[in-house]
Amino acid sequence: MFAYVVRRALQGVLVLFVVAFIAFTMFRFVGDPLDGLLGQEATQLDRVELRERLGLNDAVPVQFARFVGNALQGEFGNSYRNGVPVAGMIAERLPATLELALVSALFATLLGIALGVYTAINRDGWLANTIMSASLIGVSLPTFLIGVLLIWVFAVELGWLPSFGRGETGNLFGWDSSLVTVSGLKSLVLPAITLGLYQMTLVMRLVRAEMLEVLRTDYIRFARARGLSERAVNFGHALKNTLVPVITIIGLQVGQITAFAIVTETVFQWPGVGLLFINAIQFVDIPVMATYLLLVGTLFVTINLIVDVLYAVIDPRLRAERPAGGAST
Amino acid sequence: MNATIGNEATGNTDDDVLLQVQDLVVEIPTRHGTLRPVDGVGFTIRRGEILGVVGESGAGKSITGAAIIGLLDRPAHIAGGSVTLAGTRIDGLSERELQRVRGARIGTVFQDPSTSLDPLKSIGDQLAETALAHLPISRGEARERALQALIDVGIPAAAERLDAWPHQFSGGMRQRVVIALALIAEPELVIADEPTTALDVSVQAQVLTLLRRLCTERGVGVMLVTHDMGVIAETTDRVAVLYAGRVAEIGPTRRVLTDAAHPYTRGLMGSTPDTSPARDIGDRLVQIPGAMPGLTAIPVGCAFHPRCPSAMSICAMREPPVTVLGDTAVRCWLHEDL
Amino acid sequence: MPPTRSDDKVGDTTVTVPRPGRLSRAWQSDIAWSFRHSPVAIVAAIVFFTLVFAALAAPLIAPHTPFDPATLNLMDGFTPPMGEGLGSGSLYWLGTDDQGRDVFSTILYGMRLSLMIGLAAVGFAAVLGVSLGLIAGYAGGWVDALIMRIADIQLTFPSILVALLIFGVARGLLPPESREQMAVWVLILSIGLSEWVQFARTVRSSAMVEAKKDYVQAARLVGRRPVAILFRHLLPNVMGPVLVIGTIYLALAIITEATLSFLGVGAPPTSPSLGTLINIGQDYLFSGEWWILLFPSLTLLALALSVNLLGDWLRDVLNPKLR
Repeated sequence: MFAYVVRRALQGVLVLFVVAFIAFTMFRFVGDPLDGLLGQEATQLDRVELRERLGLNDAVPVQFARFVGNALQGEFGNSYRNGVPVAGMIAERLPATLELALVSALFATLLGIALGVYTAINRDGWLANTIMSASLIGVSLPTFLIGVLLIWVFAVELGWLPSFGRGETGNLFGWDSSLVTVSGLKSLVLPAITLGLYQMTLVMRLVRAEMLEVLRTDYIRFARARGLSERAVNFGHALKNTLVPVITIIGLQVGQITAFAIVTETVFQWPGVGLLFINAIQFVDIPVMATYLLLVGTLFVTINLIVDVLYAVIDPRLRAERPAGGAST
Repeated sequence: MNATIGNEATGNTDDDVLLQVQDLVVEIPTRHGTLRPVDGVGFTIRRGEILGVVGESGAGKSITGAAIIGLLDRPAHIAGGSVTLAGTRIDGLSERELQRVRGARIGTVFQDPSTSLDPLKSIGDQLAETALAHLPISRGEARERALQALIDVGIPAAAERLDAWPHQFSGGMRQRVVIALALIAEPELVIADEPTTALDVSVQAQVLTLLRRLCTERGVGVMLVTHDMGVIAETTDRVAVLYAGRVAEIGPTRRVLTDAAHPYTRGLMGSTPDTSPARDIGDRLVQIPGAMPGLTAIPVGCAFHPRCPSAMSICAMREPPVTVLGDTAVRCWLHEDL
Repeated sequence: MPPTRSDDKVGDTTVTVPRPGRLSRAWQSDIAWSFRHSPVAIVAAIVFFTLVFAALAAPLIAPHTPFDPATLNLMDGFTPPMGEGLGSGSLYWLGTDDQGRDVFSTILYGMRLSLMIGLAAVGFAAVLGVSLGLIAGYAGGWVDALIMRIADIQLTFPSILVALLIFGVARGLLPPESREQMAVWVLILSIGLSEWVQFARTVRSSAMVEAKKDYVQAARLVGRRPVAILFRHLLPNVMGPVLVIGTIYLALAIITEATLSFLGVGAPPTSPSLGTLINIGQDYLFSGEWWILLFPSLTLLALALSVNLLGDWLRDVLNPKLR
C-alpha cells in the first residue's frame, strides 16, 4: 500500500508541475507582462530596462524555476488591472469562498445521503418517484439558473432573503465569518442552496444507486432470510456498505464545488475568489487567472491524493482474499 | 394438477408433518408472456427428515425454496397452491408475519458462503442479532448463544473468533458460520439451497455431515436443494426430483436411486459416476440427450417427452397425473393404467 | 430473453417461420420497444425535436428580427407579454426587453445559437476524442501513455473550469478588436476541448482490443493503412457508447455555453444566446419585468431537460447489465 500512495503522490506532483507550467506560460506569453507595470509615458528604453530587470530575457527553464520559487514563497506578481499583489487579493477573499463551499458541501452531503437512502428503500413509492424526477431537473438546471430563480422567488417576490452580498460579518476564530451574524446567515442561505443543489442531486443519485446494488446482494438476502426487521436490514447492514464507496466520492466533490462557486459568486455578487476569477477573465488580468489556476490545481491534487489514500485504507479489508483455499477446517 | 404428490407417499400419520407444499405455482410476468418456473410442485417434510430436492439448473428448485419463505424477487409471485408449516398456512402472510417465520421457524442456508455474510459486521454480531430478533433474551445471553453456536458447528478457538470478520474465515468455515446462523434462532425447518456447491470437494462432505447431524439431533426438518446426485445419496432420507417446474418423482432416497420409476430419474442415475464396486467397470456414462427446456418453450404434454427414451404418443398430448406406487409417487404415463 | 427461434418443433412436424423484413425488425427491436413503452422518452423526444425545429426555422418563423437595429423601436421597450408596443403598436407575444427586442424572436435566435454552439462543440469533442482514442489504443506505448496522461490531468478539473480557462487564454491571445467577433468560435473551441476525454477513453479500450485482431495485421502486411481499416471496423462497435456520451455531453455543452454566456464571457449581447438573455433578465427582476427572465429560463430548462432525459433513456437501453 505504501508503494501505491507514493505512486499517487508522484502523479499528483506531475499534475501540479504541468499546471504550474501552464500558469507560467500564461503569465509569460499571453499578453504582455510589461503592460500592467509601465505607465503611459514609458519609453522604449524603459521597456528594455524593465525587461532586463525582470529577467524576461533569461532562458525559459530559468524563468520557470524562478516562477516556481516565487510561487512557493507566495509571490505571484501583481494584478494587471489594479497593480496590487495577487497574493493579497486572493488571501482577502478566500475565507468567503471557503465558508460558502463548506456550508454547501455539508448541505449537499447530508441531504443527499438522506434522500438517497429514502428513495432506495421506498423504491416504488410516489414520493420517491417524485423526488427522482425532481432530481433530474436538478441535474439539468444550470447553477446560475437555480440561483437566479431562487433570487426571484425568495428575494424579489417574497422578500425574505437578500439577493446579493454577504451581509455583515463577525469574528469567528479570528476570521470574518457570516455564520455569526443574522444578516450573514440569511445571506448564506440562497447561495449555499444554489451551490449545493447540483452536488446534492449527484450524491442522492449515487447513494441511491449504491444502495440499490447493496440491497440486491446475497448478504442482504440472507439477512432477510434470517427474519431481521426491515430497519435492521436497511440501517444495520445496507447503509454501512453503501456509504463506504460513497464517502470517497464525496471527497472529490470539493473540486466541483470550487468550480461552480465561480458561477454562484457571480450570481449573488459574493465577494470570494470565484468572482475575482471571473472579473479577471473579463479584463484579461492574466496574473490573477494564472494564480487562481495554481491555487485550484493544488487544491484538487491534494484532495485527490487524500481520497486515494482513504480508499486504499478502507479497501483492503473488503477485498481481503480467502485465506488458504479449502483447507480442512 | 389435482393429485397432491408427496402426502400419500409415506402413508404415515399427519402428526409428524412439518412442511406441506401443495400444488405450488410461481409466476413471473415478463415482456414475452407469463412464465411459470414452478408449476404444481408438492411435497411434505416430516420433523427430523431430510428431503432432497434435485434437478438440473432451471428446474425450479431454488425458486421453490424462495417461495416458501416469501423471498421471491419481484415480479415473481406465488400464483397458486399452498405452503403449510406445522398446520399453519404461511404463503400469503404479510411481510411482518413472514419476518417472524423466517429465522425463527425456518432457517436458510444459501449457496455461496463468500457472499452470504455482511463484510462489515463481525460474525459474533451477525449471530447475536439473529438470536435477539427472535428470542426473548438479553444482549449478553445473545452473545453467549452466539459463542455456543460457533462451538456447535465446530469452529476451533470459537471464543477468539467471535469478533472476527467474515473475510478472515475460509470457505468451509464460513459455511459453518452460515449454518450456525440458520440454526441459532431454533427453527423447526431448514432450507439449504446448494449448501456445498461452492465449496471444495474435500470440505463438502464435512459440511454435509455437520448439517445432517445437527438437524437430526434437534429434530429439525431439512429441505436440501441440490443438482448433485452424490449429495442426495449421502445425505437425504427422501428425494423429490424436479423437472421443468414439476415434481417428476418423489420417494425414499434408497428406492429412487436404485429403482427409479421415472425415465428422467433413471437418466440422472445413469449420468452420475458410480464409484460403488457393485457396478461393472465399463458402464458408460449415460447422458440424457438434449437439454431441459427454457421457460418460454415448455413442451405440451409431459415436459420431458422430447428427451424421453420411452415416450409414447400420449406423452406429447397430455400431462401425466400423479401415480402412487407404495411409498413413491411418480408423474409418468408409463405407470398409469390407461 | 431472446425471441424464439424461427424453427419450432410442434409434435413431429417442423414449422418454419419466415424472418420479417428489416424495417419491421427494427420496429420490433429491443430499442424501439423500449422507446414505445417509455412515455418519458417519447415526451422528451417530442420536446427536443420541437425546440430544434423551432430553432432551425427561426429566420422563417420569428415575427421580428431582433438583431437588426433598424427594426427596433426603443419606445417598444418593456412591453409585457401579449402587449402592444407603445412605439410601433406591434403585438409582442412574450413581451420585449429594455431595447425593444421581441423576447419570443430573441429566444428563437438565441436557442439557435445555443444549439449550434452546443452541437459544434460536442461534434468537435467527439471527433477529437475518437481520433485520439483510436490513436492511443492502436499505437500503444508512449503515445498512448502521453495521451492518457493528458486526459487524466484534464479530468481532475471540472469541465467548466477548463472551458473558462481556455476561453480566457484564447481571448488573451486575440487582439481586443476581434474578441467579440471570434467569441462564438472561441466558445466552441473551449467547450469542445473540455469534453473530449470521455470519448477518447471509451474508444481507446475498444481500439486496444481490435488492434490485436488478425485483420489489422493482415491489412498491415498488404500495405493498406491499418488505421483506416480499424476505424471502419471499430465505428459500429463503438457507436452505442459514443452516442450515449454524446447526448450527455450535448446537455453539458448547452449548459456550459449558457453559463459562460450568463457570466458575460460567452455570447455577446449583440448576438445573445439563452444564457445572455437570462443575464439581462436578472437585472430587471427587481423592477418587475419578469418576462425577460422567465421565458428564456423555461426554454433553457426544457432544452437541457429533454436532452438529459433522452440520454438517460438511451443509457438504460444500451446498458447490458440491465437486460
